[in-house]
Amino acid sequence: MKSKRLLAAGLAASLVLAACGDDDDTADEPSDEPTEEPTEEPAEEPSDDTTDTTMAEEPSEEPSGESFNVGLTYDIGGRGDQSFNDSAAEGIDRAESELGITFTEAEPNADGSNRAELLQLQADQSALVIGVGFLFAGDVAATAPENPDTNFAVVDDAMMDFEAEGGPAPLCENCAGLTFAEEQGSFLVGAAAALNSESGTLGFIGGVGGFGLIEKFEAGFAAGARAVNPDITIIPQYITQAPDFDGFTAPDRAREIALAMYDQGADVIYHAAGGSGAGLFEAAAEQSESSGSKVWAIGVDSDQYLTAAPEVQEYILTSMLKRVDNAVFEITKAQQDGTFEAGNVVYDLSVDGVGYSTSGDFLTEDQIAQIEDFKAQIIDGAIEVPTAPEG
Amino acid sequence: MNTGLLRRVGLAVAAPLVSAAIAILISAIVLELSGSDAVETFRTMIENGTKLESMIDMLNRATPLYLSAIAAAIGFRMNLFNIGVEGQYILAAFVAAVVGAELDLWAPLHVAAIMLTAMLVGAAWSGLAGLLKVTRGVNEVISTIMLNFIAVGGLVAGLLPKFIDDPTATNQGTTPIAESGRLPDLNSWVEVFTREITKGRQLTGVFVVAIIVGIIYHVVINRSRLGFDIRASGMNPTAARAGGVPPKRMIMLAMVGGGLVAGLVGMPEILSDTNAYDQGFVQGLGFAGIAVALLGRNTALGMAFAALLFGFLDSSAAVLQVSNLASSEIVVIMQATILLVAVIAYEVVNRIRQRDEVKRAAQLVEASA
Repeated sequence: MKSKRLLAAGLAASLVLAACGDDDDTADEPSDEPTEEPTEEPAEEPSDDTTDTTMAEEPSEEPSGESFNVGLTYDIGGRGDQSFNDSAAEGIDRAESELGITFTEAEPNADGSNRAELLQLQADQSALVIGVGFLFAGDVAATAPENPDTNFAVVDDAMMDFEAEGGPAPLCENCAGLTFAEEQGSFLVGAAAALNSESGTLGFIGGVGGFGLIEKFEAGFAAGARAVNPDITIIPQYITQAPDFDGFTAPDRAREIALAMYDQGADVIYHAAGGSGAGLFEAAAEQSESSGSKVWAIGVDSDQYLTAAPEVQEYILTSMLKRVDNAVFEITKAQQDGTFEAGNVVYDLSVDGVGYSTSGDFLTEDQIAQIEDFKAQIIDGAIEVPTAPEG
Repeated sequence: MNTGLLRRVGLAVAAPLVSAAIAILISAIVLELSGSDAVETFRTMIENGTKLESMIDMLNRATPLYLSAIAAAIGFRMNLFNIGVEGQYILAAFVAAVVGAELDLWAPLHVAAIMLTAMLVGAAWSGLAGLLKVTRGVNEVISTIMLNFIAVGGLVAGLLPKFIDDPTATNQGTTPIAESGRLPDLNSWVEVFTREITKGRQLTGVFVVAIIVGIIYHVVINRSRLGFDIRASGMNPTAARAGGVPPKRMIMLAMVGGGLVAGLVGMPEILSDTNAYDQGFVQGLGFAGIAVALLGRNTALGMAFAALLFGFLDSSAAVLQVSNLASSEIVVIMQATILLVAVIAYEVVNRIRQRDEVKRAAQLVEASA
């Protein structure tokens, strides 16, 4: 149960393939990697197989490294969702222009019934297949062993077997799990919220509770706020409970919850609710206009000041950034450099895997200095951010 | 007389063909407008659809769709708009996954117990809507919508945390069912006729169940007293009642029957795919099944074709994306157009038939006069 947290902290950098190594000590010290054998097969270009239909033809252009195809497989919503998937798209676009790779994109049916088939189709023509979202974890674990010449990566899942004999081990020899220290980024925006709250009451709107991920946001947010003001009140509320995932796409319900929170005296509300966040921003604008005193909203995942409607922009204090784009770019680069390794990679504050945004210039220089101070303390370990809400 | 028969057959065949042609035409226009190569797209779709692995995908997709369509069609046959399949199959799959994980039985019994559990839960949930209609006159559309919410957002969401296998997993689900409670895939059967199935594709064993259910549905509806009563109640409730068909009993039977089949919709996932109920459990099959039933005109064979067509289109959606030909939305547009055009075409054919009928009756009267 706690092994995961331990791991996240312990092996931020990388993990040697336990399957081939002889290390039977628990994975707490990834420091020295005796078997520095890159686990991946030589990055093969879209090779193999008679069945390929029209594949993205390989460009023979210059950018530095070897060119290969990346099969970027989004979750439902795909490119253009202004959130999670879009962030991944940004990363692959950057990889295309900077690394000279090619990529093919796919997203599942509306009911998500064909994830495994998509992964296989992508694997047929790619050296690296990336599944955007933890729902790909099971299917990648099943598909990867059958495609030993292709590497796989899953965003938001560790892809580790934590109960393996001899300590946690990667689920498969050619798959990596890209996870984020959401609690650390949430800590920073929690601090920003507390610094900007006059009422001493904050709100947290979670999209879907009950499956562990969104609680990390809440825990970090609360810890950051209390670091600034130990007496602060935080009202947490989740829109739906798993497996009802409508909470990520219910702006109307987020709006009502936000209005109720503002009524209870909250003046800064942070959301970790995907597409529902738009409802929070509307509520912030509405409340500010009707009451005459400005209240704030805090965005999540991407810099939502940049993507929100112009009339609500001025109410978005900051956003917790989850740099899926960096993760996608870095893993693609690792594939090119031949340094892809199976196992969990945690993108935390130290590698800019998470962070906060300053678009709109609502945070004063003084506040930013304080937040940066917290950031430094988290990176050097002086502050340890909890991943589960208290109580 | 003979030309009349020819005309009737012609009309029956023409409706789906014309709908398909119009749907293809509209899709081609959309494709060209969105900057894709329509000819290349259709060529790729056909090429993909004739590959063995894609056919397995199609069948795997069509299996739950077909079951869902039959579950809905049982009610539709007597004008009972049961749209509760969604909630019924999700609740049934969840309970079956929990029960299945607890059991430790001889394999065939274990699988049978899981299926039976699912069917009973589906029937109970559906029966609730039937009961509300029979005793309190609650419209089944309202009650099934509400029951869908209660099942998915209430019961399953509330109960799942109590049956989580591994609390540290990101994708939390119930404890996987033991090997004895899994249905073997049908690859070895298929491979008798074809080459070896590669790429990790497995034809779900539930496919056979779907065929059996389809046959039972056909026989019961068309060849039994019960089926006659159901059809009679649908065509003319007043006449059926006058003829001694008890309407309340028929409503309960249709709802419970639909629920029994609905319970099976989630079985490919539980018995052959993930063997557990987790966050990735496929939702929406209940509503997709309504579309399939509509397209297949509630007949066993028609719905089978419709389910295969949807399976084919979904499989195309995948291959079109990874070959950079078109986005997945194009396939959604095609599905919707086919459905819409088909409904219109059926209506047109119906009117022509009715006009023919009137004409024929008039001729007969004239001849006898």
